[in-house]
Amino acid sequence: MKIVVLVKQVPDSTEITVDKNTGTLVRDGVPSIINPDDLAGLEAALQLKDANPDIKISVVSMGPPQAKGMLQETIARGADDAYLITDRRLGGADTCATSRTLAAALKKIGFDLIIAGRQAIDGDTAQVGPQTAERLGLPQITYVDEIIDVTPEKITVKKSLEEEEQILTSTMPCVLTTLSGMNNPRYMNCNDIVDSFDKPVHIMTFDDLDLDLSVVGLAGSPTKVHATFTKDVSAETKTYDMPAQEAAELIAHTLKEKQLITK
Amino acid sequence: MDFNLTEQQKMMQKLFREVAQNEVKENAADVDESERFPKENVEVMRQAKMLGIPYSREYGGAGADYLSYILAVEELSKTCATTGVVLSAHTSLGTWPIAQFGTDAQKQKYLPDLCTGKKLAAFGLTEPNAGTDAAGQQTTAVLKGDHYVLNGTKIFITNAGEADVYIIFAMTDKSKGTHGISAFIVEKGMPGFTFGLHEKKLGIRGSATSELIFNNVEIPVENLLGKEGQGFKIAMQTLDGGRIGIAAQALGIAQGAIDEVVPYVKARKQFGRPISKFQNTQFQLADMQCKTDAARMLVYRAAMAKENGEPYTVLAAEAKLFAAEVAMEVTTKAIQLMGGYGYTRDLPVERMFRDAKITEIYEGTSEVQRMVISGAVLR
Repeated sequence: MKIVVLVKQVPDSTEITVDKNTGTLVRDGVPSIINPDDLAGLEAALQLKDANPDIKISVVSMGPPQAKGMLQETIARGADDAYLITDRRLGGADTCATSRTLAAALKKIGFDLIIAGRQAIDGDTAQVGPQTAERLGLPQITYVDEIIDVTPEKITVKKSLEEEEQILTSTMPCVLTTLSGMNNPRYMNCNDIVDSFDKPVHIMTFDDLDLDLSVVGLAGSPTKVHATFTKDVSAETKTYDMPAQEAAELIAHTLKEKQLITK
Repeated sequence: MDFNLTEQQKMMQKLFREVAQNEVKENAADVDESERFPKENVEVMRQAKMLGIPYSREYGGAGADYLSYILAVEELSKTCATTGVVLSAHTSLGTWPIAQFGTDAQKQKYLPDLCTGKKLAAFGLTEPNAGTDAAGQQTTAVLKGDHYVLNGTKIFITNAGEADVYIIFAMTDKSKGTHGISAFIVEKGMPGFTFGLHEKKLGIRGSATSELIFNNVEIPVENLLGKEGQGFKIAMQTLDGGRIGIAAQALGIAQGAIDEVVPYVKARKQFGRPISKFQNTQFQLADMQCKTDAARMLVYRAAMAKENGEPYTVLAAEAKLFAAEVAMEVTTKAIQLMGGYGYTRDLPVERMFRDAKITEIYEGTSEVQRMVISGAVLR
């Protein structure tokens, strides 16, 4: 079975500051990380591979050339190979053009199961996974919190919503979008880091995709951003009644989940 | 000349940083306070395959370079110098002599378990009456048929009790002085091998430091490491490498102290502004970082010389001497910048200050390093 995991390199939102004069994000010197929901998707795939070593994991990302280092890291965590779709002609893509590009690449790469993170912490659209599924004509299950069982024919997962959980089964192949809280991603290890440099990060460009130039990149992106601004904060409050120890753990967990603290 | 880490070394550094910051840091204060060996950190290192970094894959190591291992000691020591020395003593002092001087059979028998972290290793040279003057060994090994009979006592042995494999030095021929010392691979559990006093120390309080007692311990002849009489050479060469590890530990302690001070001076307000706005704070920090970076260059240079098969005895001595003294200076200044808060055990810099002191003492005191360096200068 071949699992393809879609990942995005994003700025570490815990390290970002806002320029007081312009109101924009200061990205200079901000370290890049693998988007947390995507990393959980990779870990979910690796756990399936732990149980069944015949599973092959390919990681796919669309982004600038420097995203190659992140893909190398996914191999050092246990993926078999990786693909970086990178081309100036694909730049400036919104979710519509991105999903079209990814779908075209996925057709070339091949897959039995596609796992994408729910959403990226730099855009928070949660659109790329579902759109990619639509473009490939595949069933999709979003907000996956646990993969319960997978066979070549069907997959059963737990989907977490705010108020409820659903156990859903889909035919294969299908697209899952995963939540960062579903697991604790493993560390790389020294042996796999050494080996990762012998495993390929394949580079794909526009020329590999069988797409028209008008439907990719900026030209293929109907989204136009007119202005960005900071919303007035009217914090939603919840009241908990619990012992101090539990309350402290809940606060720490929540802040960590929101990427406001890392430790 | 290239001062940049390779892509592989950078990825290793990232892993070590994640392990140190996410796993090791949170229990460092408890390890110190309760003087307990950090078993959970050893387990994390085992999972991340950090216990055999510079050794070949054939023997269960990662097959990475020596600088990558040094980066691991540095990153761990930024948060917990105890964990840093557990790795350094295991890798440089306990495992390296077997990898370097062991027979094929000895390597096959011991390295896989050591490199995968299934077992820890240690090194026993120092005795109550033989410290810097290592030639004054009173432990003896007498050949009787197919085994040596080992008698004597070693003190201040890092990883004692926690390690399963010990490189032990003993006199096999007193008449030959240093040429009469031999090295042996001794296993925990051999009849007559026991552990004595557990030292209570100023710093690195979680590191297991104990006495090793050998009372008629029968060591099979196949556990002689190298040839009879090569022990002193093996010990000195092993310590040359070990010093790079301790230099990396000192470097990590210094950088770790700076990393603690920076957010503090930005947050701490006096006279209506953060103390980071005062020139004294700025200049102190400039000196601290500058000296730490200079130490880093010396440490990495020694590691690369070792990796490249170049002479590194003097480079290792320079790295250890300088990094250890920088660690003392930087941690002293770190406490001063943090004032009364820095002096309390609620913040980690006082621990770093206590931990730094040992780097001027073990694996050759700063005075010994000066002897090595001046010997080369005056040659």
